[in-house]
Amino acid sequence: MASADNAIPPGESPEPYLEEAHDPRRRDFINVAAVAFAGVGAGVVVLPLVNQMSPSADVLALSTTEVDLSKIAEGQAVTTTFRSQPLFVRYLTAKEIAEADAVPMSDLRDPETLEQRTKEGHKNWLITIGVCTHLGCVPLGNKEGEPRGEYGGYFCPCHGSQYDTAARIRKGPAPTNLPVPEYAFTSDTIVKVGS
Amino acid sequence: MSFPWANQYQPKNPVMRWVDERLPLPRLVYNAVGAGYPVPRNLNYFWNFGVLAGVALTIQIVTGIVLAMHYAANADIAFLSVEHIMRDVNAGWLLRYAHATGASMFFIVVYIHIFRGLYYGSYKAPREMVWLLGVVIFLLMMATAFMGYVLPWGQMSFWGAQVITGFFSAIPVVGESVRVWLLGGFAPGDASLNRFFSLHYLLPFVIAGVIILHIWALHIPGSSNPTGVDVKGEQDTVPFHPYYTAKDGVGVGVFLLVFAVILFFAPNYLGHSDNYIPANPLSTPAHIVPEWYFWPFYAILRAFTFNFLWIPAKLWGVLAMFASILLLFFLPWIDSSPVRSGKYRPTFRIFFGILILDILVLGWCGGSPATPGYVITGQIAAIYYFAHFLIILPIISRTERPRPLPNSITEAVLAKKGGSPADSTLAAE
Repeated sequence: MASADNAIPPGESPEPYLEEAHDPRRRDFINVAAVAFAGVGAGVVVLPLVNQMSPSADVLALSTTEVDLSKIAEGQAVTTTFRSQPLFVRYLTAKEIAEADAVPMSDLRDPETLEQRTKEGHKNWLITIGVCTHLGCVPLGNKEGEPRGEYGGYFCPCHGSQYDTAARIRKGPAPTNLPVPEYAFTSDTIVKVGS
Repeated sequence: MSFPWANQYQPKNPVMRWVDERLPLPRLVYNAVGAGYPVPRNLNYFWNFGVLAGVALTIQIVTGIVLAMHYAANADIAFLSVEHIMRDVNAGWLLRYAHATGASMFFIVVYIHIFRGLYYGSYKAPREMVWLLGVVIFLLMMATAFMGYVLPWGQMSFWGAQVITGFFSAIPVVGESVRVWLLGGFAPGDASLNRFFSLHYLLPFVIAGVIILHIWALHIPGSSNPTGVDVKGEQDTVPFHPYYTAKDGVGVGVFLLVFAVILFFAPNYLGHSDNYIPANPLSTPAHIVPEWYFWPFYAILRAFTFNFLWIPAKLWGVLAMFASILLLFFLPWIDSSPVRSGKYRPTFRIFFGILILDILVLGWCGGSPATPGYVITGQIAAIYYFAHFLIILPIISRTERPRPLPNSITEAVLAKKGGSPADSTLAAE
């Protein structure tokens, strides 16, 4: 704050301060150091304030679901929940498998084979998350009697997306296939979804 | 609203000039806490505590908003939701402890701020409005803190709500109806918890609003100073920025250090373990006490153990407790001494010291069990508290012979440094 008409800033020594003798100026160094320290401190404080909004431990504890397949008959499908979202478990018939395999990759918006979407040796078990990849509605077709769309898979009533028997997007606004969650067969009839 | 020599805001770049011409917000900030606010050059570290109170309020609002994202104001699950915050929510333990410790830190800082005002006569003309608004803020803080303490729905929460709302039942005739209306039931319950949560969220913003008025009122005459002598000219002041932003920065650093030590090493030290027991309407804890910052007032409440005149003891206690705070509204007129700073008031200074001791004794009694020894000590201390303001202060403010005041702030500063105003003009040339 020193200026021509106020040569001695209040509270400072009347000794002349030789700026050119110090490079960088001591005051600048202290200034930068203090602001940098405060900035790092503020960043550290912001971290928990942001992270508290991530899923809490009790939510993450519910992040795996076990499905017993022994009760599901061929051609039948069940809807259960995984991470608070509908989970479609469908026992595909031989006809549905054949239909899915017959589709050329070039016809697909999000090319994936049925093999890629199921586990080895369990090609008849199609497990997908029942949330339309367009805007998040639950597609119809997992329950008996519900419309399954032109391709015999799933039909989303919100904006008309149609999925085939491998739950791949075929028609409508959805960009990608119904997602396949991470899962594993813990025995021949038990599937553990999530990790 | 400021001294004529205050720096004028000059926008440094065209964007700021554009903004300033349309919405002079940068100018407002510059004049309030920037280089445009001239402040007496001799403020000591006690003058940090206003800014520290602002920092403490900010911490409470930020952590509080975040905690409200996880808390459930329902008597069945409120306690569990607090445990959920402590155990499950990411960094939830840190945020809740910061909020609980932060309340104590806020009160520590505000008490020092109030005692600073009491000692240096900051409540005197022309700053009475600053003081009155400050007392309003203090009352709002007490209401907010009380309602916040109810939210975890532990034993102390429940019985605190029972006792505090019980104050209102002391009002003759309508008291019991008022209490039932406040609680929304015959005992604290779901309805009480929900309204307390709603108001606990609202009041901090009301406090923030009154703080703006508090600062506005302060900036009309400008800040007081340790000598209590008015600013006479430019040589008596320095711009708020960078001088006091830097000094306050040091204060904030120390404050955060102390805060962190309590937060990380003794987060429950200032609380009460009984509040980790879920609320039980059928069992009162053996030793029920409010949070430490209410102890002096709690001691005054308990001081009346006998009916006096035709008024029952219960009503006396409540009246005395409220009066002990409402009294502060009249302080600017109770103390009629023209000298502001306690530094130049030898008799006042002694009694100020005794008042602090008295309030500490009151606090000690209020935090102790209601056994005869503590009650009698509390009664004596309570009598002295009122005597200080109603008898001692009016007398000493009329009879005391103050020490000679310095002619100006600059003179006082230079005398302390062993120089004289003449030296400084010499050196300036």
